[in-house]
Amino acid sequence: MSDQATLDAVNIADTGDFSYPEDYKHDAGTGLNEGVLDYISDIKKEADWVRDFRKRALKVFNDKPMPTHWASKDLENIVFQNIRYYLAKGQTPTRSWDEVPDDVKETFERLGIPEKERKFLAGVEAQFDSEAAYSNVKEELTKEGVVFVNSTEGLREHPEIFRKWFGKVIPTGDNKFSALNSAVFSGGSFIYVPPGVKVKHPLQAYFRINAENFGQFERTLIIVDEGAEVTYMEGCTAPKFETATLHSAVVELVAMKDAKIQYITVQNWSNNVFNLVTKRGIAHENAEIRWIDCNIGSRLTMKYPGVIMKGRKARGEVISIALANDGQHQDTGAKMIHAADETTSNVIAKSISVGTGRSTYRGQVHIPKHLKGCKNNTECDALLINTNSRTDTYPAITVKGNQHATQHEASVSQVSEDQIFYMKQRGLNEAEAMSLSVNGFINDLAREFPMEYSVELKRLIDLQMEGSVG
Amino acid sequence: MPETLKQPEMSSSSSLKGEWVSEPPRRDTGHVLPDWYQQIQADSWHSFLETPEPTRKDQDWRFADLKKIRFERITPVGSSIEQGAIVKRFRSNRVESSIGHCLFVNGEVVDSDFSKLPEGVICLEINEALATHSDLVKEHFMQDPVRLGSEKFATLHGSATLNGIFIHVPKNIVIDGPIEIHHFNGGEATGNFPHTLIVAEANSFVSVIENFETISEDDSPITIGMVDLDARDGGKIQYASLQNNGPKAKHMQINASRIGRDSQVKNCFVNLGSAWVRNEAVSRMIDTGADSQMFSANLANSKEEYDQRTLQLHEAQHTTSDLLYKNALYDQSRTIFSGLIQVGENAHHTDSYQTCRNMLGSDEAEANAMPGLEIDADQVKCSHGSTSGQISDEEIFYLKARGIPAERARRMISFGFLNEVIQRLAGDGVKEFIGEKVEAKFRAI
Repeated sequence: MSDQATLDAVNIADTGDFSYPEDYKHDAGTGLNEGVLDYISDIKKEADWVRDFRKRALKVFNDKPMPTHWASKDLENIVFQNIRYYLAKGQTPTRSWDEVPDDVKETFERLGIPEKERKFLAGVEAQFDSEAAYSNVKEELTKEGVVFVNSTEGLREHPEIFRKWFGKVIPTGDNKFSALNSAVFSGGSFIYVPPGVKVKHPLQAYFRINAENFGQFERTLIIVDEGAEVTYMEGCTAPKFETATLHSAVVELVAMKDAKIQYITVQNWSNNVFNLVTKRGIAHENAEIRWIDCNIGSRLTMKYPGVIMKGRKARGEVISIALANDGQHQDTGAKMIHAADETTSNVIAKSISVGTGRSTYRGQVHIPKHLKGCKNNTECDALLINTNSRTDTYPAITVKGNQHATQHEASVSQVSEDQIFYMKQRGLNEAEAMSLSVNGFINDLAREFPMEYSVELKRLIDLQMEGSVG
Repeated sequence: MPETLKQPEMSSSSSLKGEWVSEPPRRDTGHVLPDWYQQIQADSWHSFLETPEPTRKDQDWRFADLKKIRFERITPVGSSIEQGAIVKRFRSNRVESSIGHCLFVNGEVVDSDFSKLPEGVICLEINEALATHSDLVKEHFMQDPVRLGSEKFATLHGSATLNGIFIHVPKNIVIDGPIEIHHFNGGEATGNFPHTLIVAEANSFVSVIENFETISEDDSPITIGMVDLDARDGGKIQYASLQNNGPKAKHMQINASRIGRDSQVKNCFVNLGSAWVRNEAVSRMIDTGADSQMFSANLANSKEEYDQRTLQLHEAQHTTSDLLYKNALYDQSRTIFSGLIQVGENAHHTDSYQTCRNMLGSDEAEANAMPGLEIDADQVKCSHGSTSGQISDEEIFYLKARGIPAERARRMISFGFLNEVIQRLAGDGVKEFIGEKVEAKFRAI
């Protein structure tokens, strides 16, 4: 790696690791109780049904046990009473970049957000702790009827669109963390794309945690009407604090007949964030939902994007890259529920474990009785870099009936000494050779990401691989 | 009974959901059992009462229909039955080229002959072995903990009067021909606790086939069997279990293999009958060069549920393992395969495979597969695969075009599907014996 390239790579990693002094106008304090929910509802001037929804969810959250009978015991280290559930500067999202408070602006500028927008994004929303700081949708999209707002605005201004599906794809009681999100959600994107509208450029959201002990609980709901198409990208960063931080989002996607949704995530939380996210989509007849998911950051990520294929010929896909470095556990996977004839799903997951990092694939494929012509393909490949790296694979496949085909394959390997030797012989040093080899391993998946993300991904991997040889 | 034995209070059994049994299922075997073993029996009974039944939340019982193990009662083996007819049935149904046999009817030896075994080989009914070779049995008896969820069953097994065979093969002895063990069980919900313990010393070889049948189609025995296999220093063991019970039987088998330096254990389950089957198999590769081969061929129909859990545990460097489980499913049958390859922290240069294939022959059959990997070492080659599918129309068409009726073509392809597993066993006699039983079941479907 040339010196300049190394510096660039280092710069990328540094971009997220800074924070600004806290001067929040709204702060719900630490701990979780009904008062916190009322506080959030009051600030957001929410309708009674939303308030009730939050309170019901809190009860569910309190009743549900931690899923530690199958998941990592590390979950027990989350102290819910030490977390701050709502923090905001009292800003309403601004349409103009100039109006954004200076420190927030600087934060996002360091992350390169307005720049990206200028380049090619159709719309962007940036969330700073609990609330969106900046939100903009290009005019022509608004004219076509595309709605791209935050969750507060979505539920308040457009209940006729969003209420029908809100909390329906992922019910409150789905798991402990979806219940927590349902109780204290704030921010996130609510998007509606009217029939036939094909949004050419991706919509984008950036999530940023700035305060220590803060939990971010954004809520995203994307409804794409008949024959419409959209691509949505999200990125996440946080500075490294002394204490652990919690991020627990709920993302619901609804693809109506013939619609297409592509949801891209590049998760680069600092490595003391618990990232416990529930993501699921419903695909109606002939619709397609693709989750493209890349997890590089966080201390523990538990994320299994799912697709319920509800209509005939619906398609679901999960493409996942996970990189677990020292002290990290990337517990990711996919959930494919076939609920109609001739539905097809595809899962391709690649993980890399470096140092003491641990990556886990957990998958579920379910094909119920009396359906015809369902197909699933699952491939998971793991690469182990060091002797103390660890990888696990736990798929579960249920097939009922004799008119389907499923296949699952997994393999574990490491960078072969032959490959490294070959490259060294051609003048690369060991670190470069390793980097090249790892990038080759994920190359076919990295191509699925938009260009600037795949470049960033490549750099992040180069950087993560530094000093890992041996 | 020595005074040191603690007899637990019976009252704690009230916490159980199913009643199972109210006292340890024991009977007099006519042998004086060693103290250490009696202590195991007492401790096991105590643990049995303490151990809860599996619940829906247990990962080791995921997808299992727990209603099938809510045993209302497990009755002790009762009245003797007409043995002559069974001996006759057994004689017309032998494994060709077998070198020794033992026939159990409801747990009691009815016929046995080990006279042809090479000198030095110890091959005894387990209670006799406990009485006469106490130290040797103790060294290998139930040495490994139950790891795959069936503690409740294993503790009951440990507390019960066992039946089965203890085989010890001294070094450099290769036993030419399989040893066959037949179990014929009858009665209603009768508990049966077979235990097979096989030890292969340096560079020895032994092949054992264990066959389970019910006396009549209406019998509903509950079998809770355990198998301990220990191969060391180049020793080799092949163990095949053929379960061909009537449709009301319930059958559980927990197999533990311990494989030492340059040794090999082949462990094979073939399931053709029973309403409910659970097979657990753990292979521990504890020294360099250890190799585990795990196979299973299962033909499930009507409402049968076959639940199979496996663990390939690589604990040393340069060890290998391979697993192939195949299920052919018909009617409303269900199968569950849950397999895990675990490569320990220092088990570098592991080479490990795991494959589960399901062939669904009806629209109401259900196949569940959970192939798992946990890798904690370097220089490892591991992969697993799982597929579910059905016989394609093209295959049937091809055979029909050659004059084979569709019905027969289907049967041929299905048999071929399972036969791949059977062919991996050593010994023509064993392969033929199992193959014939599988074909007979196909004909009956």
